[in-house]
Amino acid sequence: MIGGEMLASAIRMTIPILLTALGAIHAERSGIVNIGLEGMMIVGSFWAAFGAYHYGPLAGLLFGIMAGGALALVHAAATVTFRVDHIVSGVALNIIAYGTTRFASLSIFDRATTSPHVQSLPAIDIPVLDRLPLIAPLASNVSPVVILTFALVFLTRWVLSETTFGLRLRAVGENPQAADTLGVNVFAMRYAGVIISGLFAGLAGAYLAVEHTGMYVEGMTQGKGFIALAAMIFGNWGPIGAMGASLLFGLSEALALRQVVEFIPYEFFKMLPYVLTIIVVGGIVQRSRPPAAVGTSYERGE
Amino acid sequence: MPSPVIETIGLTKAFPGVVANDRIDLEIRAGEIHAIVGENGAGKSTLMRILCGLYQPDLGEIRLRGVPTVIRDPRHAIKLGIGMVHQHFMLVDRFTVTENVILGAEGTRWGRLDRRAARRRILEICDRYGFDLDPDLAVEELSVGQQQRVEIVKVLYRGADIIIMDEPTAVLVPQEVQELFDNLRRLAKSGKTIIFISHKLDEVLDIADRITVLRGGRKVGTVKAQETDRRGLAEMMVGRPVLFSVDKEERAPGEPLLKVEGLSLKSGERYLLRDVSLEVRGGEIYGIAGVEGNGQTELVEVIMGLRRPTTGRILLAAQDVTGLPVGRVRGHGVSFVPEDRHRRGLILNMTVWENLFLGRHRARRLTAGPLLRRIVMLGEADELVQEYDIRVGSTGQPVSSLSGGNQQKVILARELAGQPRVIIASQPTRGLDVGAIEFVRQRLIAARAAGLAVLIVSADLEEVLALSDRIGVMYGGRLVKEVAASETTAQELGMYMLGSTTGAKEARDHVL
Ligand SMILES: Nc1ncnc2c1ncn2[C@@H]1O[C@H](COP(=O)(O)OP(=O)(O)OP(=O)(O)O)[C@@H](O)[C@H]1O
Ligand SMILES: [Mg+2]
Repeated sequence: MIGGEMLASAIRMTIPILLTALGAIHAERSGIVNIGLEGMMIVGSFWAAFGAYHYGPLAGLLFGIMAGGALALVHAAATVTFRVDHIVSGVALNIIAYGTTRFASLSIFDRATTSPHVQSLPAIDIPVLDRLPLIAPLASNVSPVVILTFALVFLTRWVLSETTFGLRLRAVGENPQAADTLGVNVFAMRYAGVIISGLFAGLAGAYLAVEHTGMYVEGMTQGKGFIALAAMIFGNWGPIGAMGASLLFGLSEALALRQVVEFIPYEFFKMLPYVLTIIVVGGIVQRSRPPAAVGTSYERGE
Repeated sequence: MPSPVIETIGLTKAFPGVVANDRIDLEIRAGEIHAIVGENGAGKSTLMRILCGLYQPDLGEIRLRGVPTVIRDPRHAIKLGIGMVHQHFMLVDRFTVTENVILGAEGTRWGRLDRRAARRRILEICDRYGFDLDPDLAVEELSVGQQQRVEIVKVLYRGADIIIMDEPTAVLVPQEVQELFDNLRRLAKSGKTIIFISHKLDEVLDIADRITVLRGGRKVGTVKAQETDRRGLAEMMVGRPVLFSVDKEERAPGEPLLKVEGLSLKSGERYLLRDVSLEVRGGEIYGIAGVEGNGQTELVEVIMGLRRPTTGRILLAAQDVTGLPVGRVRGHGVSFVPEDRHRRGLILNMTVWENLFLGRHRARRLTAGPLLRRIVMLGEADELVQEYDIRVGSTGQPVSSLSGGNQQKVILARELAGQPRVIIASQPTRGLDVGAIEFVRQRLIAARAAGLAVLIVSADLEEVLALSDRIGVMYGGRLVKEVAASETTAQELGMYMLGSTTGAKEARDHVL
């Protein structure tokens, strides 16, 4: 029932969730809720298709990343500089992302909902692993982005816990006032956290368009930006935990897609990430603990 | 004479409605311990915040080691050798001591945080000044006194030679105060300059070399500690003689209004409260003494309905209120002054008048159907501000903009104005100046005279002795001793608080 093919599909479904969850970790650890990640994935997917159509797949990924980052910059300006409520700004950005993408699609491709077909990056067979009987489907014909994503999990973990940048990022998300009095630039750190989240979400969208589907389709993100937030919470705001959660959610999406179990409606699998997240947030499995200052704006002088 | 390390000339800072610092000329000498005292709202914290770069003065000049200097922000202040230990600690609870100390001044090796070197330097500092601190523990696991030490180490780590402390002793228990003072003396001896704010005049006289008094934003004067005493200082601060002891009349207590029977509270396997029974009668003040963390907080929370007891009953005027929610308990005429004013007592970003009516807003005269009668409230708020001498520009300001002592007065005004029958007050005078303490004590004694039952919890033995008719000492979650205030002394209470004599053994047994 759950064979290697199935797992390979699960991993493909995992990637956009995981990338975006890694992004979300950067934003939230710096204290900013980024519910606009869905929108950043949307612009990422469209502009990646645009870039790939004109300049090839690698450029496509870069376009997607930049588009996500650009939208994140708006979120950072709104929440950090202008102290707009994080949720309000995020929701607005999701709407803007949807609208501008549709508009751009119409004016560029003459079609509102799809782009032409685009080229993907050459797939890789991971040496040795692609010969092992069980793992073979997982290790052959994989997108480089998949490998990059798993590398980013460990890079993120290292950056957060072992570097000055990571320490400061976490500090402004826990106690911005304390960080400020120690000379940490709270605004710069929060801008960085949010923009990084946008870059990750943009790459996630780009992966969907360029690597996964081979074209941009309206609505192709299917709420994965929100699932990514759930994965972040499920993973207790840490990259390794988020990876576990994303894999679980990816698997449930893959199951939903194939409808492998006949008597269970596929909506059940679609629902799974959210139900699991509620259970986790409810503290039933483990105590999840968000950064202490997440969702708040910081203003200097008490 | 040693030269001044810091000199301010005509330093002025105004906030909407108040001049917090009015042309202050201050002179701090190298290597001295300099205390700043003054009433609540006198401008002490504001002055310190200017010195550490948190606020910019509107007018005036700061000379640092003789050189006119603009202190741009806290980071700049640190570069100039000025470090501040804030009244509310600026620590990241989840980080370890080491991480907290290095934040903002991190050293790296190959792009990686060099925790090992940092740890070594922290241990060096601790060694040098005799601090007891484990660099690997998370800050949230530390006691308040240890957290304060982290703050001091943070400042020393950055090479500060001027250390500013805002009410460092307000949050400490007496033993911790002694430890802090030992540390400060060692620091001063090694050439560091220490400026600190305190309301406890005995402490100030004990540790400071010189003392500067502020009143209403102005400097009243600077005196040598040896050349003044408590009375003299208090009079300089308040502008009139202050009574340190309050007289209370003999009074035969009435019916028991608050009764606690066999109260226990278990958390996991540990007893936070064990079989506590006491009663407070009308016209009586019952004081609970004890080193913080021996169950006082839990006792009060259980009585108020903030926590459910594992076993035992709580009776208010013979009615069982065990397990009722806070609102219902308050409905029985109980007022509550919580120990942590920021967490429990106030909603900081709401206005002063809103805070004055929190929890009392359902009173008939304040409502018109589902609506609040704002005009009535504003009027009453102004009266309370007058009566309790809350120093505030307007009651429409957020309560966070008040000085610490004035925030405490807002809580007291709210709780005492509600015509309670029972008052439960934890650390009621924490952070208040001598004048305000006198006032609050008088109010509590007036409440006693009016037949109310008053339960106070205080780490300050002098306060417990001065106010109470009877005193219960808590240790390890038990009420280990109950005596009439007239029949005991601070020394005896101190012994029980530390768990010595009879109560000690039992108390230790259950902790194990
Ligand atoms: N950020 C602010 N906005 C408006 N007013 C302020 C602000 N900070 C302080 N004030 C006002 O300035 C005055 C001085 O406050 P400050 O905190 O310096 O007093 P303090 O001497 O430290 O008092 P306390 O002993 O109660 O801590 C007070 O009237 C206070 O309300
Ligand atoms: Mg103050």
